[in-house]
Amino acid sequence: MADTAPLLELRHVGQSYGVGARRFVAVQDVSLSVSEGEFVTLVGPSGCGKSTLLRIITGLQRPTEGQVLYRGQPLRGVNPHATIVFQTFALFPWLTVQQNVEIALKARGISPAVRTARAVDLLDRVGLDGFESAYPRELSGGMRQKVGFARAMAVEPELLCLDEPFSALDVLSAESLRGDLLELWTTGRIPTRAILMVTHNIDEAVFMADRVVVMDKDPGRVVADLPIGLPHPRNRKSLDFLAVVDHVYATLAGETGPEPVELGGAPGGPGRIRSLPHITIHALTGLIEHLAERPGLRADLHRLDDDLGVDTDHLLRLTDATELLGFATVAQGDITLTPLGETFAEASILVRKEIFATRIRRLPIFTWLLSLLRAAKGQRLEWSVVLAALELEFPAEEAERQLDTIVNWGRYAEVLAYDDSAEVLYLEPVGSTATGPIPA
Amino acid sequence: MRITRLFRVEQPAERPFTWGDVIVLLVIITLIYAGVRLAYNAPPAVRGPEISLAPGTLPWYTFRSLGRMAAAYALSMAFSLVYGYLAAYSRRAEQMLLPLLDVLQSVPILSFLPVVLLSFSAILPQAIAAEFAAIVLIFTSQVWNITFAWYQSLTTIPKELREVSDVFRLGWLRLRTLELPFAAISLIWNSMMGWAGGWFFLMAAEIFTVGDRDFRLPGLGAYLQAAANRGDLRAVGFGIGTLVVLIVVLDQLVWRPLLAWSDRFKLEMVENRTPPTSWFYDAWRTSRMAHWLGARVAYQVLEAAEGWIGRRLAVTVASSSGSRAGRWGWYAALALGAAGLLYGSARAVEVLLRIPPGQWAAIGVGLIATLLRVTAALAIALAWTVPLGVAIGSSPRLATWLQPVIQVTASVPATALFPVFVLALAALPAGLNLAAVLLMLMGTQWYLLFNIIAGASAIPQDLKYTSALLQLDRRERWRTLVLPALFPYIITGAITASGGAWNASIVAEYIEFGGRTLSTVGIGALISHATASGDYPLLLAATLAMVATVVTVNRLVWRRLYGVAAERYRME
Repeated sequence: MADTAPLLELRHVGQSYGVGARRFVAVQDVSLSVSEGEFVTLVGPSGCGKSTLLRIITGLQRPTEGQVLYRGQPLRGVNPHATIVFQTFALFPWLTVQQNVEIALKARGISPAVRTARAVDLLDRVGLDGFESAYPRELSGGMRQKVGFARAMAVEPELLCLDEPFSALDVLSAESLRGDLLELWTTGRIPTRAILMVTHNIDEAVFMADRVVVMDKDPGRVVADLPIGLPHPRNRKSLDFLAVVDHVYATLAGETGPEPVELGGAPGGPGRIRSLPHITIHALTGLIEHLAERPGLRADLHRLDDDLGVDTDHLLRLTDATELLGFATVAQGDITLTPLGETFAEASILVRKEIFATRIRRLPIFTWLLSLLRAAKGQRLEWSVVLAALELEFPAEEAERQLDTIVNWGRYAEVLAYDDSAEVLYLEPVGSTATGPIPA
Repeated sequence: MRITRLFRVEQPAERPFTWGDVIVLLVIITLIYAGVRLAYNAPPAVRGPEISLAPGTLPWYTFRSLGRMAAAYALSMAFSLVYGYLAAYSRRAEQMLLPLLDVLQSVPILSFLPVVLLSFSAILPQAIAAEFAAIVLIFTSQVWNITFAWYQSLTTIPKELREVSDVFRLGWLRLRTLELPFAAISLIWNSMMGWAGGWFFLMAAEIFTVGDRDFRLPGLGAYLQAAANRGDLRAVGFGIGTLVVLIVVLDQLVWRPLLAWSDRFKLEMVENRTPPTSWFYDAWRTSRMAHWLGARVAYQVLEAAEGWIGRRLAVTVASSSGSRAGRWGWYAALALGAAGLLYGSARAVEVLLRIPPGQWAAIGVGLIATLLRVTAALAIALAWTVPLGVAIGSSPRLATWLQPVIQVTASVPATALFPVFVLALAALPAGLNLAAVLLMLMGTQWYLLFNIIAGASAIPQDLKYTSALLQLDRRERWRTLVLPALFPYIITGAITASGGAWNASIVAEYIEFGGRTLSTVGIGALISHATASGDYPLLLAATLAMVATVVTVNRLVWRRLYGVAAERYRME
């Protein structure tokens, strides 16, 4: 390996924000290399820093620690040999399809005649001939992303970075675009030397890549680097394929740990504080009810996202929540309902609320907040005060999301209430809660 | 076809009082002080050129007025682009520039007119002084909104589009490809508002007569005032007619085509079902000559220019790395500025301390009187615009009838009509008082009316059906649906309106008419009076007091109500 340097190499790259007590690590100690001819995907739950990593790799963002090497040279500024295709397409809505492709060439000082010819040729190749003078808003999502690909190809990048390029598309468009990209890549019709794709769709990652790098969050880090040994074209139905998918899911979802580990610490206390997965109660009960109808009260994780029509990211947050609340356990890529989960599925609305209330009272973050509220004057606390306390534990944006989730869950369980116009959190008066009096 | 116009001055978010505000305060005190200091040397008597009332002179006068507007607007745009860029991209500059923008946006610009006129006439030849003063005044009236719109656009550009510009290394092309297009709609709307406001100030600035100082400029505003002064109703008619025609022509040939054209700069990825239309734009777009001009001439010129600038910039960027001297220059300029500020403010305070208590009392009384007038004007405006606005906003048939009439009426700047009011009301007891409130009303009601129409037509049909199904009576319906839904629109309208009303007080409370001086109690009258009698300490104190009052009212009342409106009464 010493004589052939990889195309891209990350050495102990880390990214953190803020200073002092409010310092949060988004990415921790990531070392990774991509060689010529490789198609690598990064998968992981939202918040694991995979998009941040992509921005660091292209030079849009400077890491706070570590080094990015491109062809053995440290990267300074935006990498001129790399480009990104964005999830949101990021087309200029006021430019026509052709102008959107041409702008990339214009910035390189290429003469109008040459760049027009090249843009038309590229649009032709992605199958957009006839749409040159259309505006992006006239196109469907799939066609917009084709423009995004054509624009990226225009600058003939050695390293093509894809940031969840198919996840904003409908199922059929996404599938056909995946096929197109794979064909361009495997037949070598584009000068691209390596592709790095961020996705949360595991099926997609296994279908396309040579290697799947699995990341986890809190802090964002690499937990596994799995080579996919399957030949192209891959058959999604084949047992080998399913085995690999299952393996990635198992790595990603982990195993339900013993309760103290799952619950984590309380704000201000020792130990890693466990963040609440941002999900709605509807979706959670939906998952539990679905599992309750399955034989053996269990399901393969990688089948669930298709069955429930949710994306992998959302599914992982849901399974996370069921584990945290003790409604289900996850092991080896399977999720199984616990007896408590089964009782919950069969209970009436009011009893469900009771069960839910007892469960969330065990969560350190709720114990902490409830005791704060009990100690507060009039058992009321301003939203901003609680938020400030949470901001010591989470980055500002995440703190707000946590508080939103706390209020959402707490309101459902009727353990706390929130007055939006006064922006005050308060305890439900004793006696009116479904769970009876609050222990002092 | 229905057009709903929303008159809205973008409001900066509520922010705590910072050291930036202190500096801004000092800057304003120093600026006004410097103006007043210069005014000491102003000539004691100024005679303006004779204004001819012959209709034949109108085209020339119109051209002069239009020229002033265009000059001020060009200046505003240039200033805004640079200022907004600095505020958006330099962290250090932002700390200073944003509070300054915030305060200057709410300052009653006309209160500067006497100071600006006097100080310019002290250092410039008389004809040029008045000309410059008018342009500076119009500039200050429109520049802050445009700047803020540009700053706000720059800071809200979606992250992905920025990243694309970086990944493809657009460099300076970013301005034309991303930043200007993204800001286009907001810039055009604010330019339209700026022009509407500009007419108001121009009409006031073309004749400003106090005592022996008679500042006038040949132009439409001066023509109208002279006509009213001599009681020549025919000339008044000609003047107003010309003004209305001019404004309508500009609207049809400039603003409406621009709006129709700028529809392409929307960020939404869905087709607009009722895009703004313009017959002139459609005609232009389909014309052969326009096509030829656009495709051949403009395109080639643009390409060449961009290539040239691109090469130039590449060279300068490479050569200007690591300029230690530049940093020291910056520090030196900062130190010099700070010293100037401290000196200016100290001198200003010294002058203020010499003012006798009696005059301070007069300033207090004047402020209260003007505040009462502003409140009365707002109350009257609300009383009639809410019912009418709701009626128009919820009835398309009424809208098609009334909208064009209202738009033409509203386009006449209130200051142009003021001489006519005075002519009509001067004979009545408390006539000027009445005329002053009327002028404020004329200057403010349209903002409210247009916003209420927009608000009423934005009430969702489902909610209207629901309140009908629930059989809410009229009172209940207004209380639970109409008023809450209108609240944000009323507040945004009222903020603009109250700014206009304070401005109006300068020209409305003190007037030389037909050889007589009419004046009433108020801060505006006090400022004019100080200008006439050359009482410069009083001029400084009164101007500062007015600025401080308006900024405080804005902070304590309007900004808070705006926050409540944005938070609680938003329809999503």
